[in-house]
Amino acid sequence: MKRILVGIKRVVDYNVRIRVKADGSGVITDGVKMSINPFDEIALEEALRIRERGAAEEVVVVTVGPADCQQQLRTALAMGADRALHVLADGVIEPLVTARVLLKLVEREQPLLVILGKQAIDDDNGQTGQLLAALWQRPQATYASKVELHDGAARVTREVDAGLETLDVDMPAVITTDLRLNEPRYVKLPDIMKAKKKPLDTLTLSAMGVEPRVQLKPVSFQAPANRKKGVMVKDAAELVAALKQRGLL
Amino acid sequence: MTARILIVAEHDGAKLNPSTAKCVTCAGTIPGADISVAVCAVDAAAVAAQAAQLAGVNHVLRVENPANEHALAAVLAPQIAALAAPYSHVFGPSTTFGKDLMARISGLLDAPQVSDIMAVESATRFQRPIYAGNAILTVEVAAGAKVVGTVRTASFQAAPDGGSAPIEKASLDVAIPQHTRFVSVSAGRSDRPDLQTAARVISGGRALGSAEGFKILYALADKLGAAVGASRAAVDAGYAPNEMQVGQTGKIIAPQLYVAIGISGAIQHLTGIKDARTIVAINKDGEAPIFEVADIGLVGDLFQIIPEIERLL
Repeated sequence: MKRILVGIKRVVDYNVRIRVKADGSGVITDGVKMSINPFDEIALEEALRIRERGAAEEVVVVTVGPADCQQQLRTALAMGADRALHVLADGVIEPLVTARVLLKLVEREQPLLVILGKQAIDDDNGQTGQLLAALWQRPQATYASKVELHDGAARVTREVDAGLETLDVDMPAVITTDLRLNEPRYVKLPDIMKAKKKPLDTLTLSAMGVEPRVQLKPVSFQAPANRKKGVMVKDAAELVAALKQRGLL
Repeated sequence: MTARILIVAEHDGAKLNPSTAKCVTCAGTIPGADISVAVCAVDAAAVAAQAAQLAGVNHVLRVENPANEHALAAVLAPQIAALAAPYSHVFGPSTTFGKDLMARISGLLDAPQVSDIMAVESATRFQRPIYAGNAILTVEVAAGAKVVGTVRTASFQAAPDGGSAPIEKASLDVAIPQHTRFVSVSAGRSDRPDLQTAARVISGGRALGSAEGFKILYALADKLGAAVGASRAAVDAGYAPNEMQVGQTGKIIAPQLYVAIGISGAIQHLTGIKDARTIVAINKDGEAPIFEVADIGLVGDLFQIIPEIERLL
């Protein structure tokens, strides 16, 4: 079956103002709204559109994380994913561990494409897609803003510092999404009801034979330094004078 | 103790990208740093010569292969991984080039990556921004692990010239994958300074109203010798091309002078400019969040103010 695997991560919602705990042990996540990582939502939307165009038959959504992640998997099923895989894991899961889990699932599911967000907006590592592609020894097309499938290959336009780069990658391949790829659909109430009946399988790291290695130990978390309070000027002349005074003009 | 650091050079085939010199500065803050720069190209001679001149560089490696015409991560990663054995650290810039490539190298080496290094505390301890820069994490890499890192270019000054490192050719026997093929790159060509490295940057937001409206920005920028940027809202509205976008999802920059014109100051934009030395904000809405980070603020109609500034220069 022509299948697309989509990885999602449960993260603090992007509208939440992040606060570092007073003791520097982390950021405050208790009682905070959690959502699907926005880049992953775009990944799922892209997979659904590819399926709707008939270029794939099944979209499988997967996450690695604690029991609460099932909420986000249900949301993904309501968006339109056909089934979900939850790899249960507690604590911080490093990108290399996630990539090893995805590799195991790729071997099992044999997808045409794996689509992931370019980064998660919590730890901002931006590694998982490239790591999976390396371990799998398959192509990667990161920061995608356009994806077209032709027989056996994907033509992907990437957002790079120089502008837009286009690559052809043989499938199977890993694609990571940038913001402009698409606008994810809203979930409708009847779909939420339907999603409750869709299959959601739970797996464990140990059953998959992946060790939760910790090679990047968090030492401390700090709030960033604040900028000094600025001054207001009343017109263009004052502005130019202020810039000259600071030696900026 | 010596730290042997391999830096992957970013370049366009002819010129070394300034991001590489920033990686050299970052690597130089690791105690006992011995720095090698690898230049992957079809013919690396010209770029290798530029890398050899950077102060602090000890060795330059020419990694030459006909497949290296375009900087494809799938092609470059196995070559760098094959060179990596004697090194304790493998660094690249946190640009789209480096972010794409370094994590693939990390996978091939099965070595952990520290993304967006903004400060070095020791050979194994680094600071990096998380949550779009709203928190700073200090992270310790496990003893004995090779450290792959991307260097947040806005956090380091470029290493100056003044070096004269020896240049060698690396001979590698690596299978190059054929599964990834370059098709094209479309760049908005500009005679203005490069946004990423310019000392002065002027950015416009949605308040400019149109691509036409952006023209008054270009006129001012030319007078100041500044690069021009745009907010995500302005890019999404089609007023400015993608590569001009400044912010967490665009370019993260650290100019001496940043002038935000008609930009309200969404968190994602502010994250991209927080290392600017001086931020000037011009906006008709005095309540706009951009004023919370601005060093100098001016409330008013930008279509009046900008031509006036231009006349006063």
